[in-house]
Amino acid sequence: MDVSECNEASSFGGAADLGEVKQAHTGHKGCGTLGGRDKASCGSQARQGDLPPAIWEKVKSHPCYSEEAHHHYARMHVAVAPACNIQCNYCNRKYDCANESRPGVVSEKLTPEQAAKKVLAVASTIPQMTVLGIAGPGDPLANPKKTFKTFELVAKAAPDIKLCLSTNGLALPDHVDAIARLNIDHVTITITMIDPEIGAKIYPWIFYGHRRYTGVKAAKILTDRQLQGLEMLAERGILCKINSVMIPGINDQHLVDVNKAVKSRGAFLHNVMPLISAPQHGTVFGLNGQRGPTAQELKTLQDACEGEMNMMRHCRQCRADAVGLLGEDRGAEFTTEKIMAMDVNYDLETRKAYQAKVEEERAATVAAKQQKLADLAGETSDINLLVAVASKGSGLINEHFGHAKEFQVYELSTSGAKFVGHRRADPYCQGGYGEEGSLATIIRMINDCHAVFVAKIGGCPKSELIKAGIEPLDQYAHEFIEKSALAWFKSYLAKVQSGEIQHVERGDAAIRQGALISAA
Amino acid sequence: MPFKIIASQCTGCSACELECPNVAISEKGGTFVIDPKKCTECIGHFDEPQCVAVCPVDNTCVLDPSLPRSQARA
Repeated sequence: MDVSECNEASSFGGAADLGEVKQAHTGHKGCGTLGGRDKASCGSQARQGDLPPAIWEKVKSHPCYSEEAHHHYARMHVAVAPACNIQCNYCNRKYDCANESRPGVVSEKLTPEQAAKKVLAVASTIPQMTVLGIAGPGDPLANPKKTFKTFELVAKAAPDIKLCLSTNGLALPDHVDAIARLNIDHVTITITMIDPEIGAKIYPWIFYGHRRYTGVKAAKILTDRQLQGLEMLAERGILCKINSVMIPGINDQHLVDVNKAVKSRGAFLHNVMPLISAPQHGTVFGLNGQRGPTAQELKTLQDACEGEMNMMRHCRQCRADAVGLLGEDRGAEFTTEKIMAMDVNYDLETRKAYQAKVEEERAATVAAKQQKLADLAGETSDINLLVAVASKGSGLINEHFGHAKEFQVYELSTSGAKFVGHRRADPYCQGGYGEEGSLATIIRMINDCHAVFVAKIGGCPKSELIKAGIEPLDQYAHEFIEKSALAWFKSYLAKVQSGEIQHVERGDAAIRQGALISAA
Repeated sequence: MPFKIIASQCTGCSACELECPNVAISEKGGTFVIDPKKCTECIGHFDEPQCVAVCPVDNTCVLDPSLPRSQARA
């Protein structure tokens, strides 16, 4: 497909750019960690007290549905669903590489029985693993027998694990009753458009009712089925997250309308993700040069949508066989060969005890931040800036700059510290050697940040960061992220006020494309 | 003539196996194969051959010219 043709043909608000989109939505300010100021629930950062108790109970330990939970709880996907019923221009099912992390990709397919054994093995090894998702590598509902059989086996053997699935929605209306019956209480639907003209540029075909449909007709069926499925789930009280792939020039501005459409049909959370389109993936978009958004383009769109509903900003676009905390993948520890050799001892009491400890840790994080927020109460300033954080989880600044596979990004203002995303990076330091090329890449990934919080950092990267205008901060090592960020922000404001430093805006940053190369 | 699957292009996704009305498709060494004795080209079942319509890789499920036409069409 010719991308320039797509841009021209786009029927969607050709003149408006994202800046205007943002303008139109300035009435809806995103909310900070104060939470619940304007709405019943604030972003995926919603906390206890912001949400009705029944919903809080469902999301509080789900890393994908609660930003706060994702620092503490882990998820796993089992790849039991290889078949798919639609073709997307951002997907290529042939590509499978253990170094690559993106949806649609797995290393091995499992039978439902193998999958259930894997879940028990992981649950016993990683007690903070609370959620099992089936997300492919095809579409779970194009493989309904294997998908539902897996859920049945897991529900019987490990009743404390939450079940969720992620679908393109085409077959969803046919399976809503089975989803409800099996207590699958989280469903993600990937909705990239509600306008079939736009859909025709994203989906070359669908397979529906024993026929292949192409073009606008295919997209019309798809969007109708997706929205119908969403309504049916919402009626049954099943929490729905909508995933949207942001494709600049094709659906970027349109996603504001998608956001309104899914909100009005009862979606709980919206996750706008950047297009992954490296040429080596062999997708249509990868090969035709369709670019993904920059960090600021993505954030601007997420901010524009936020007034309408909860936005998820901590998505790591993980593989259909990922295991572990979001942003980490321990899948290699649980290959079929290793699982079948494992003597699995699933102990519900041990898991409960461990999770109680996690809850204590979590409460301490929240308390620390509340305390710092109170300190900021008297401050008034229009300054609003981003900082990057190297963290291994638990809400702490506990990762070495050179070992970080990703940086969490927080937006700081006098209303608080708000998690707004993460940036993937290849670890700068592998085995103690800093590599210049990769340092420059990391700086590009966090170029829109004023400072970077780390547990430790070497002299050379420190001076390079300072040269690039990013302040490296290691004095908050092993402290709580939000508390430290707010403490630093307070001192930053004081320095600006006294004239010691001048506040300058930062530029844009890039979103990492391509394979995650894991450090040995 | 029945359909065959070009193994080097098959992703092993199993979509064709799930759709085949004749249960003619099975997995063999990570990819899928069509039993030519069972394949009817979907004639009498559907308007289009299901394996062709659902396969994610174009030109992977193709007619096998080396074999006689299916019974249904003859």
